[in-house]
Amino acid sequence: MVATTGGPIASDAPAKGRRPVSRSFWATAWRRLSQDKVALVCGSILLIILLAAIFAPLITPYDPYRTSMAGRLLPIGDARHWLGTDELGRDLLTRLIYGGRMSLFMGFAPVVLATLIGGFLGIVAGYCGGAINMLIMRVTDVFYAFPSVLLAVAISGVLGAGLVNSLVSLTLVFTPPIARVAESVTTQIRNQDYVEAARATGASGWRIVFGHVLSNVTGPILIYASSMISVAIVIASGLSFLGLGVSPPNAEWGLMLNTLRQSIYVAPMNAILPGVMIFVTSMSMNLISDSLRASMDVKV
Amino acid sequence: MLLYLLRRILYTLPIAIGVSMVCFALIHLAPGDPLSAVIPEGASPEVIAELKAAYGFDQPLPIQYFNWIWRAVQGDFGMSIMTRRPVLSEVGPAVVNTMILAVAAVTLGFGFGVGLGIAAGYTAGSVIDRIVTAISVSGVSVPHYWLGMVLIVIFAVNLGVLPAMGMGAQGSATFALDWVSLRHLILPAIAMSVIPAGIIARSVRGTVIEVLKQDYVQTLHAKGLPGRRVFVHVVKNAAPTVLAIMGLQLAQLLGGSILVETVFSWPGTGFLLNTAIFTRDLPILQGTILVLSMFFVAINLMVDLLQSVLDPRIKRA
Repeated sequence: MVATTGGPIASDAPAKGRRPVSRSFWATAWRRLSQDKVALVCGSILLIILLAAIFAPLITPYDPYRTSMAGRLLPIGDARHWLGTDELGRDLLTRLIYGGRMSLFMGFAPVVLATLIGGFLGIVAGYCGGAINMLIMRVTDVFYAFPSVLLAVAISGVLGAGLVNSLVSLTLVFTPPIARVAESVTTQIRNQDYVEAARATGASGWRIVFGHVLSNVTGPILIYASSMISVAIVIASGLSFLGLGVSPPNAEWGLMLNTLRQSIYVAPMNAILPGVMIFVTSMSMNLISDSLRASMDVKV
Repeated sequence: MLLYLLRRILYTLPIAIGVSMVCFALIHLAPGDPLSAVIPEGASPEVIAELKAAYGFDQPLPIQYFNWIWRAVQGDFGMSIMTRRPVLSEVGPAVVNTMILAVAAVTLGFGFGVGLGIAAGYTAGSVIDRIVTAISVSGVSVPHYWLGMVLIVIFAVNLGVLPAMGMGAQGSATFALDWVSLRHLILPAIAMSVIPAGIIARSVRGTVIEVLKQDYVQTLHAKGLPGRRVFVHVVKNAAPTVLAIMGLQLAQLLGGSILVETVFSWPGTGFLLNTAIFTRDLPILQGTILVLSMFFVAINLMVDLLQSVLDPRIKRA
């Protein structure tokens, strides 16, 4: 995650480096972040999980779907299956690595979508003000007035299980809070003197939005969105845990937790293993988000 | 002040109406004809006719909505497809059970959170502070349904000291204030308490540090006030925020209990929702979500009002 957010930050630095002494906001933030040990460790963990998931076929010795009636629920530490096998005799390590694909996707994709949609709505509402603001923000308030898990479960439950439906419901859950952040920052910026000055010198609305609003809104939205990813991973896995996400035999941490739950008395250690992955991923993302907030020195 | 309270209440009304509209729309979001979604399989023509009339699906949507909300306000949420009982008689007891779990979880979370937060705030930068911070980040990151499973493994499977499922002896669905019921409550309540505990610890820590930095605290120290008397000032300043967070967390837990309830087979709203989803019992689904979200809106409003009463600085009128 550090690597991906690092991209734009790092490439911004030389462009703004024309000014000799002062460092740009993004460069400062990146510098602080790269000196933050917690962020580096967590970033490395996430990167390893991500790379392992991407290159899963190359590094896993087993087929994640091949079942074996004889080798069901082998214990952790088995000579051939290091992390044991699941209730159908599939290699757990292999499935955990493959599971990262769906679980990480379901953590990041809804937040990215919600950031784009919510950011757009928030900026429009904040910049236009008046009736448009009223309309957008009151609709946002309504969706914000649901407990997040309940809203996700309700929409997924009504639409039915499946990847796309989970994606839709989670995006709908995360859009309102992001729209709120975007709206409040935009409204603040819009009333700043220098924006007034820009408008007075004849800058167009587009220019103000892209030149001033966007550059100010990006930081807070990014931080807020990064803190949402950890929540998204937990809720998305929760949806599949309830049987509302991807369907078997797909490997996904929440779903694996759900099917292994039946064997909790037989092989308790195997049963809780997928949850460790969810926990580690969500915790790493949370800590990175905290570091990001500290490095950008923004209060959301 | 009164004006502010009044405005705040008036502001909640359109939100509540919007929330009810979303709940109403849910049934129309379902794939296929909404009528086929509410008709049980192999229903007799009389049942179909009765349902058609009850839902008024032949009428335009706004009229359907007004009919639906009018009945809902009077406590008529329709009939469950599976049990053929009124939705309210299913949702009512479930809400009570969820409320018990949520209150227990928030109470636990409050105890842990405040204790840890004060310890960390007073020792900011120390090892204790770091440990507490680690605990509170874990608390907000941990998938609580998984924590539930871990607790089951430890206390029910390995140690065999606490029950893993249900609410009382022989799968009873009513809570009694006795030892058996309490034993059933312990594990799910702990599993659900970690999120509020983490959030409260974090916020208490922040508030304590903030208050200790204030000039007047220095004055209190300077005039020779003992530490425990200064502590009273810290608590006074932290209380409104912590109470607000507790209220909001209680509201979130009411709606978010579905996962933990599923793990522990706790007969609350989450369990009911889960069953309703897999039996496609849309009236139950809709009724449960409407009731829970209305609770959520109401608790949010109460928290807001309470906070503005407790903390004069928030009077934003």
